[in-house]
Amino acid sequence: MSELAVTLLRLGYLVLLWVFVLSAIGVLRHDLYGTKITSRGRKTTSPATGVPSVAPARDTSAPTKQPAAARRDGQPTRLVVTDGPLRGTTLPLTSSAILIGRAPSCTLVLDDDYSSSRHARIFPQGGQWFVEDLGSTNGTFLGSTKVEQPTLVPPGARVRIGQSVVELQK
Amino acid sequence: MATVSPHRVRPGRGVELGLLVLALALGVAAYALVGLNVAGSLPTNIYGYSAGMVGLGVGLHVVMRLRAPYADPVILPATVALNGVGLAMIYRIDLANAASGDPTTFATRQLGWTAIGVILAAVVLVLLQDHRTLRRYTYTAMVVGLVLVVLPLVPGLGASINGARIWVYVGGQSLQPAELAKIALAVFFAGYLVTNRDTLTLAGPKVLGLQLPRIRDLGPILLVWAGSLAVLVLERDLGTSLLFFGVFVAMLYLATERLSWIVLGLVLFAGGAVVAAQAFPHVGARFDAWLNAFDDDVFARSPGGSGQLVRGLFGMANGGLFGTGWGRGRPDLVPYAESDFIVASLGEELGLTGLLAILLVYLVLVQRGLRTAIGVRDGFGKLLAGGLAFVVAFQCFVVVGGVTRLIPLTGLTMPFMAYGGSSLLANWVIVALLLRISDSARRPAPVVKGFVEPPPSTADHQKTQVLTGLEEARG
Repeated sequence: MSELAVTLLRLGYLVLLWVFVLSAIGVLRHDLYGTKITSRGRKTTSPATGVPSVAPARDTSAPTKQPAAARRDGQPTRLVVTDGPLRGTTLPLTSSAILIGRAPSCTLVLDDDYSSSRHARIFPQGGQWFVEDLGSTNGTFLGSTKVEQPTLVPPGARVRIGQSVVELQK
Repeated sequence: MATVSPHRVRPGRGVELGLLVLALALGVAAYALVGLNVAGSLPTNIYGYSAGMVGLGVGLHVVMRLRAPYADPVILPATVALNGVGLAMIYRIDLANAASGDPTTFATRQLGWTAIGVILAAVVLVLLQDHRTLRRYTYTAMVVGLVLVVLPLVPGLGASINGARIWVYVGGQSLQPAELAKIALAVFFAGYLVTNRDTLTLAGPKVLGLQLPRIRDLGPILLVWAGSLAVLVLERDLGTSLLFFGVFVAMLYLATERLSWIVLGLVLFAGGAVVAAQAFPHVGARFDAWLNAFDDDVFARSPGGSGQLVRGLFGMANGGLFGTGWGRGRPDLVPYAESDFIVASLGEELGLTGLLAILLVYLVLVQRGLRTAIGVRDGFGKLLAGGLAFVVAFQCFVVVGGVTRLIPLTGLTMPFMAYGGSSLLANWVIVALLLRISDSARRPAPVVKGFVEPPPSTADHQKTQVLTGLEEARG
């Protein structure tokens, strides 16, 4: 075989290789255009207070700015269940209170035989978070002390509700 | 996690057939060119070989039309192309070995293994209707994986080749059980992480702006780390040990989306590697051959020298930009040119242009795997597809990185190309699993035809306890 034929076949094979690669990539083009992206876990839950909002327009921007401001101050931004059946669940902390219990109307619905239907409430006041027991059967504990009245919850403190433990985290 | 779905899904079997024709042409043309350039005539068995490859490729394509009609259209052609090009290079090494008076039959055996691999992939596609079935066997997979990893250590069954104890002899054939163990372990990791990922996501202390996991959640990663170190110490195989730990860390990251696991994994791995390099001479020798490859003493040292590595580099330099052409180089001068150093052989004969195209085919294959992971709707499938795609990508990185002297040389195989039966079988099973998962990822949701409202029953009029309780609570 002549040297010219060898060279042509050599380069021809490389061309064939690249034709294959480029046509495979051409098929993938559909992935870039005409797709629909569904993001999970980024749901914006509006606080359901039940009270009709009478806030004027200037207040609507306040809740969106609030988490950023809280992060700067070193305030907790989320509530994390660190023990119990719901371990690993997180809730974003907004400006509204969080109701914890077994009733379906609670913000955090526990599947826990040792908690009451409306067990405890965690609420913000003056830029800090407090826990309040709502007359539960088995009580709410901050660390090892029983919560008798609204008590300040520092970030990282363990709040025990039935078998579950929740923490506020930055 | 986000789910990406195309607006209009085409099954893509027609596209697949078109690409498959190109892929088969690549393999057959390479085989013919080897014969033409080495002996001046077409190989004697070119028609049988072509018929075999076409039969296998089209056969699997038909199985997919019947059993996985919505599977990804690029995975199969990419795999067939890589396998065909690898086979041609192995055949070329065979010819060179025959010319130097040491005839080998690597190509015939590799063709046999390809046939078994394709048939195995078809069997997986037919038997496994839904990849979620595998989740039931999470802990069975763990046991199977661990047994396969330990198998070479069993006296009488295992064998040591070139210092690494990763082979077993069954019926005259040598197999690497670790190749199959990686699939079993990927299934186990996916099943385990999908159940436990919420716990592992929990945040612990924050150090230097990095959110670390809690101390008590470190158990699994430490366990896998210890296991892969044990593989390194007992079986003296750096590659397998690296692969297992890497897959676990990658899947942990996929499951938790926490960068800290990767940082932790890298720190643990670096610590283990430094200790291993100092404690075990064979690992230390690898590092030495990597850092001082062009040193005369290191080059000439045998075993454990850098002779193979440097000869491979010279080969690739000889290939240059466009290569020497099939059969016109001297890749056989490198020891293990058909298995560990097949990348260097291809680099010599196809040049940088050809090698880059081959690496792009791998990239496309891995991208399809990761894209499948994004598209599939269940967490187990996401983790399994992501993990399997990572296995292929990681092997490519370790092998190509080792051959090009980016990282120390380890004993992993180039998927689908390198000579070796167990590796080929395992990788075809990986492809079958990816095809199965991509079928369920791209399959459109079944259309609900008319919703029949159940007739009203007395239960609808009774107030349940919950409803009464709710009304009381609302006051």
